[in-house]
Amino acid sequence: MAGYIIRRLLALIPVLLGISFLVFLILHLAPGDPALIILGPKATQASLAQLRHDLGLDQPFLVQYFRWLWHVLQGDWGRSIQLKREVLPLILQRFQATAYLTLFSAFLAIVFGVLVGIISATRQYSLWDRLSMIGVLLGFSMPVFWLGIILQIVFSLYLGILPVSGMQSPDQQGWLDLLRHLVLPSIALATGAAVIIARMTRSSLLEVLQQDFIRTARAKGQSERLVIYRHALSNALIPVVTVVGLQVGYLLGGDILVEIVFSWPGIGLLMMNGIMARDFPLVQGAILLVATSYVMVNLVVDILYAYVDPRISYK
Amino acid sequence: MGFKTMETGSVKEVKSIDTLREDQGSVGQTRQFVEQSLLKLTWRRFRRDKIALIGGAWLLFVILISLLAPLIAPYDPLETNLRLRLQPMGFAGHVLGTDDLGRDILSRLIWGGRISLVVGFSAVLIAMMAGTLIGLLTGFYGGWLDIVIMRLIDILMAFPAILLAIAIVAALGPGLEHAMLSVSIVGIPYYARIVRGSVLAMREREFVVAAQALGSGPGRLIATHLFPNALPPLIVAATLDVGWMIMFAAGLSFLGLGAQPPIPEWGIMLSEGHKFIRTAPYASIIPGLAIFLVVLALNLLGDGLRDALDPRLRR
Repeated sequence: MAGYIIRRLLALIPVLLGISFLVFLILHLAPGDPALIILGPKATQASLAQLRHDLGLDQPFLVQYFRWLWHVLQGDWGRSIQLKREVLPLILQRFQATAYLTLFSAFLAIVFGVLVGIISATRQYSLWDRLSMIGVLLGFSMPVFWLGIILQIVFSLYLGILPVSGMQSPDQQGWLDLLRHLVLPSIALATGAAVIIARMTRSSLLEVLQQDFIRTARAKGQSERLVIYRHALSNALIPVVTVVGLQVGYLLGGDILVEIVFSWPGIGLLMMNGIMARDFPLVQGAILLVATSYVMVNLVVDILYAYVDPRISYK
Repeated sequence: MGFKTMETGSVKEVKSIDTLREDQGSVGQTRQFVEQSLLKLTWRRFRRDKIALIGGAWLLFVILISLLAPLIAPYDPLETNLRLRLQPMGFAGHVLGTDDLGRDILSRLIWGGRISLVVGFSAVLIAMMAGTLIGLLTGFYGGWLDIVIMRLIDILMAFPAILLAIAIVAALGPGLEHAMLSVSIVGIPYYARIVRGSVLAMREREFVVAAQALGSGPGRLIATHLFPNALPPLIVAATLDVGWMIMFAAGLSFLGLGAQPPIPEWGIMLSEGHKFIRTAPYASIIPGLAIFLVVLALNLLGDGLRDALDPRLRR
């Protein structure tokens, strides 16, 4: 197991290098001169040339990349042009809000996805099964930003029971207030992931329930509850773990849309403002952080996968 | 070739060549028969799937509406009327009401269908063509080409999809074409993997090895054996993807990175309507519903097509 983790960690290095290179390349290709963006249209040619030299923009591309990477590794992620602050502390601070939203959504998606999947599989072709599979299909086709707006209209504007946007009320503080603000954006974000987890749990459990060892367990006279929860479920959840890992990518991506809908002060909102202002150091940093956290989460999921299914680490 | 025997040499040879011709004929006929019946079988299976047929019918309806937009849209989708801003449904001859600039929502919805459908289908087409080419070449030739391209694809897939699309549009600059391009770039790795997997599975099969032994060149092998066999999974993936890409492109427009105002596009309509959800919730509900229904129809169609093409894949 330790060997497997070390192997996976080593395999991470080229992926992270690739990600950093791609992020740098994409934004390097972007039209627009950073020096001009920083100094504004009234800058003289001499001052532009001086700033380009200071920023290293007159160097060859690869030199620029490695210099940037070296700085990034040392924690210097550049300065935001628009906000005139260091990028790293800025995005880390905003990432906290994003982490609340994605983690809570992941929690909702896993709990509801697995529960619905189990109930559907154990009552195959029942009314509940059919209804939940229709729900899965609807949830799968629903744009996350539209679902967010519908939730806002129904629960905030029409029923008035939950806040329409933001992360905190001006006059209130504390966990309960945060939780109230968290409910709608999390439901919007979690739905897409939950339906996929539900479908996967259902099909995986149905497959396991047809296997011989389940028949044996039933033949021994074990209660159906024990058969499902002790024997079937632990096997059925193995493929579900992989799906959960993939869904984290969906959550991190969809998070950007949800943050815009709910004015959630996370990294997505910050990044979109950066894009509109062509604040490339900020955008670069935000993309790098989100992509890196996605890779890290997948690493954790893979290790978890090897833990629940020891056959994996020997492959 | 026939065998020449001592006694009735020539006669027997002629006869056996004839038999061979007959055999060839019957093989050809059989193949034709099988192909025909496969197509028929697929259609017969598909036809029984009522839900998939409903999806197909809805899609046809939307395509038809979009094609006939100039004839059936009651108003000019760009015509503003500040005296009739945010009118409710059915008011002053506006069946679905008006938006914040007094434009007729129904007309914008009808014209918007054109954009969403064109973007969805073309993005999938571009991704599919590029991905197929990459998959065929890497799967067929293997070696360093395969290693390099597959590592690149791994890196592309290490990004959450929406994040990568946003990064690409951020670099290219907002716009409908750029959004479409970025969405298709994000899709390329998936198609490349599907096709490569199919080529790898097929190229060791007897009929491919036999064709190679008979002197078929790479082009012929790919065109007549490897590509046609990769088609069924490709078609299914593409059908399911059109909906996804429509949703995706609308999401980019919603973020302000795709189509730009005043283009009547569903994502923009949703984003503009969102600003007025307190006074005119329908202005954001309606365009979202349009996206949702088209995506749902495409998913139903895709599911039906998958089950019909290969019932073993049924989930």
